[in-house]
Amino acid sequence: MRRNAKRGHGWLQLPFWLTYVFLYVPIAVVVLMSFNQNKSAYAWGGFSLRWYSALIGNEKIRDGLINTLIVAFGATVLSTVLGTLLAVGLARYNKSRLVDALSTMPAILPDLVLAIGLLVFYAAVKMTLGLHSVLIAHTVFGMAFVTAVVRARISHADTSMEEASRDLGATPVTTFMRITLPTLAPGILAGALLAFTLSIDEFVIAFFTAAPTEPTLPIVIYSMVRFGVSPEINALATLLLAVSFTVVIAAQRMTKLSEALS
Amino acid sequence: MKSTVRARVIGRLVTMGPGFGFLIVFLAVPLALVLSYTVFRRGRFGGIVYEPTGENFTRLIDPLYLDVVFGSVKLATITTLLALLLAYPTAYMIARLPAKWKVVALVAVVLPFWTNFLIRTYAWIVLLNSEGLVNSGLKALGLGKVELLYTDGAIVAGLLYAYLPLMVLPLYSAIERLDPQLREASANLGAGPIRTFWSVTLPLSLPGVLTGCVFVFVPSLGNFVIPELLGGGRRIMVGNLIRDQFLKARDWPFGSVLALSVIGVLVLLLFAQAWATRRVGRDA
Repeated sequence: MRRNAKRGHGWLQLPFWLTYVFLYVPIAVVVLMSFNQNKSAYAWGGFSLRWYSALIGNEKIRDGLINTLIVAFGATVLSTVLGTLLAVGLARYNKSRLVDALSTMPAILPDLVLAIGLLVFYAAVKMTLGLHSVLIAHTVFGMAFVTAVVRARISHADTSMEEASRDLGATPVTTFMRITLPTLAPGILAGALLAFTLSIDEFVIAFFTAAPTEPTLPIVIYSMVRFGVSPEINALATLLLAVSFTVVIAAQRMTKLSEALS
Repeated sequence: MKSTVRARVIGRLVTMGPGFGFLIVFLAVPLALVLSYTVFRRGRFGGIVYEPTGENFTRLIDPLYLDVVFGSVKLATITTLLALLLAYPTAYMIARLPAKWKVVALVAVVLPFWTNFLIRTYAWIVLLNSEGLVNSGLKALGLGKVELLYTDGAIVAGLLYAYLPLMVLPLYSAIERLDPQLREASANLGAGPIRTFWSVTLPLSLPGVLTGCVFVFVPSLGNFVIPELLGGGRRIMVGNLIRDQFLKARDWPFGSVLALSVIGVLVLLLFAQAWATRRVGRDA
């Protein structure tokens, strides 16, 4: 009987595995090619790390990386603080659907729409573009993800400790610092990690809100990719993939990320 | 009593105030600005002249732009259908896996989505290039070179690659939630697996299907990088048009109208999704 049921799903195996092949083959090819000795990006000429050392000497990439890290650290700190507070507030006090809708909107809104919105807004208030304008933009959607992850954590959390703390006469600030924050810490950290990867990988919004003189790394990559395939990009791509994979898996281990985002 | 009310107000203000204020200034106001620009004239060198006009909307039915809209809707629809075809069985299989493998399978689907989008698109240039892996394979099989890059097919492949994980996730959570007893009941009443799928599983997972379609269709319409890098700029999609209005043509009002229509599609699909969710809730 059981065998029969399994056989009934047999034909589903094909699209299932096809999905994973489709998702991972392109990435695997790029990673493999980054270790290729040959200058031609396609024919295999033996293992080499030459493209990685070439990366270190590339000033454009280095400057782009520095800009990206400044933006990502700033946006992560800001969106983690604002997002965590917002999540706590939403869980505890919120009855209005407006705040609710506003806090999830950046995650649903197409990035291009948010990008032009901010471009238009910066122009209207006559703010000069620079790293700060990208930082603010990245905080808008980083915050949405932090809020979502922390809220998911709150919904599973036990509130009796908070009540006990209050009953024992602790001030709200003490309760927040000593009970609420430690309970939510895994969720907060996971949210922060997500905000960080989102920011270092984000292109569209940065493209609209960065100053031409201070491009972030994805903008530098974009201008390189437009001129075609190069082994240096393969190496850079591999490094960035490694960073994102590590961070996302770490975030997954801290909280049931897949649950919070579905 | 009074002091607890005050404490609640202060608590609200301290927790939600900063985040809410930030979202009002940097999300609600910018979107309101874009919305308001749709009814004003363009400035000669970009920007806005505050004279009301309806011509931004009438330009939308200019055959030149209608072509772009239809073309993008076509490609976005093909992408969405392919994603659905691939993601539904995948999500169904994941939902049947033992708990431990479920997490692994889900993370493996989500992982590429969190990596750099440009790099994922770049990977397809590497694959589809005239010297690339796919063409080398064709050559090895004794088949001639096929031009793969800079075609509509390449754009669809890139869009599908970018957004497929966003289809799998909502489908998974919809299928996971289904009561297996409903399927058993259907089987016991004599329905075959196909009949059960069409009259039980699929209708009940419809909210998930629609959520996935929103997540794939809308960003596909608004993407300008993939049509440029994989389509070689031959195919202009709505996203490219919007980008050009803001960064090249400097016609902000028309760009705002285009952005508003993308938001319109988004809202419409979200309503459809909410309707389906309510219907399923009522039937179940």
